[in-house]
Amino acid sequence: MRDISIIVISAVLINNIVLSQFLGICPFLGVSKKVSSAVGMGLAVTFVLTFAGMITWFVQQFVLIPLEIEYLQTIAFILVIASLVQFVEMVVKKTSPDLYKALGVYLPLITTNCAVLGVSILNIQKTYGFLDSVVNSFANAIGFTLALVLMAGIRERLEDADIPASLKGLPISLITAALMSIAFMGFTGLI
Amino acid sequence: MNLAKTFSKGIINENPLFRLMLGMCPALAITTSVENGIGMGMAFTAVLLASNVVVSLLRRIIPESIRIPCFIVVIASFVTITEMVMHAYAPALFESLGIFIPLIVVNCIILGRAEAFASKNGLVPSVMDALGMGLGYTLALVTVSAVREVLGAGTFLGIPIIGLIDNPALVMILPPGGFIALGCILALLNKMQQKKAQSN
Repeated sequence: MRDISIIVISAVLINNIVLSQFLGICPFLGVSKKVSSAVGMGLAVTFVLTFAGMITWFVQQFVLIPLEIEYLQTIAFILVIASLVQFVEMVVKKTSPDLYKALGVYLPLITTNCAVLGVSILNIQKTYGFLDSVVNSFANAIGFTLALVLMAGIRERLEDADIPASLKGLPISLITAALMSIAFMGFTGLI
Repeated sequence: MNLAKTFSKGIINENPLFRLMLGMCPALAITTSVENGIGMGMAFTAVLLASNVVVSLLRRIIPESIRIPCFIVVIASFVTITEMVMHAYAPALFESLGIFIPLIVVNCIILGRAEAFASKNGLVPSVMDALGMGLGYTLALVTVSAVREVLGAGTFLGIPIIGLIDNPALVMILPPGGFIALGCILALLNKMQQKKAQSN
């Protein structure tokens, strides 16, 4: 139990996937203009990342290792993730049109979200067991959602702020992210 | 469009990092030293070149409806090859770039070039496009990493700089430094562009 809580705290706060590991920067900067879309994207990523963590663990343990083709990891994982995203999209569309409306536009974007592939590979590199992998994937996704929603909240306010013309748009967002990253470094002593 | 233009557009006008804002993750994560920046840039260029060549050659064979998965498989194969070559011949670089080598697969620039350029153009323009984009991205990575290494570690390519080495601003090579450096560089580029627009 203690191990799991350490994994969760470290993934959400200390080694936040966006602010200290730099995975998933593109959606972090692209979909953080409004809190509502940030929440939608966060949910979609949480969904896919948790499933991807599960499935890639099975693929690694029961396909790649027994066949001794671990070097095909990158190809295998990206194909798994791409088909998973497609599959999730179809299932959500059939079963819950409301959820599909909320997540729909974000789902295809997730295939190229490096957070999904990155966390799946990191799970294997850290030799996590099944439960640890799932927990780590889920916690990283929560960390992603947290950073995304916080960022969106700040950017909504920035819209009204009077900032120098050359800093408008991406530069000020990056500097905001830097300040958030410094704040998150304060969590380092937590464990 | 002529070949020289195809080559040079990737370096300045359509620089993948500074203008198109693609491939941000590695640009923030591995730019802690100039050496890493160059290594990542070269690995990236190799993958982009190989994938552009293959996609361009296969552009009449790949069916329209499943082109994206096809491109991804092509890219992933070359990333795997690059990863194995680096593991064998540049183990130190392989260690310091770590997870960002396999993550070249999901670098939007490579898929973007396959979709927007190589699948519509012949072999020679595709090669020029890949070289230009690769060089542009490498230069961008080197710029960001030079700022971070000089300010954060007080060295350039590992060579100490007198006056900076004793008291470097450590934050620049920590995660926040990546955001600060890229944010300031982009702001500076915006400023220069505005000046240029005004004087015209």
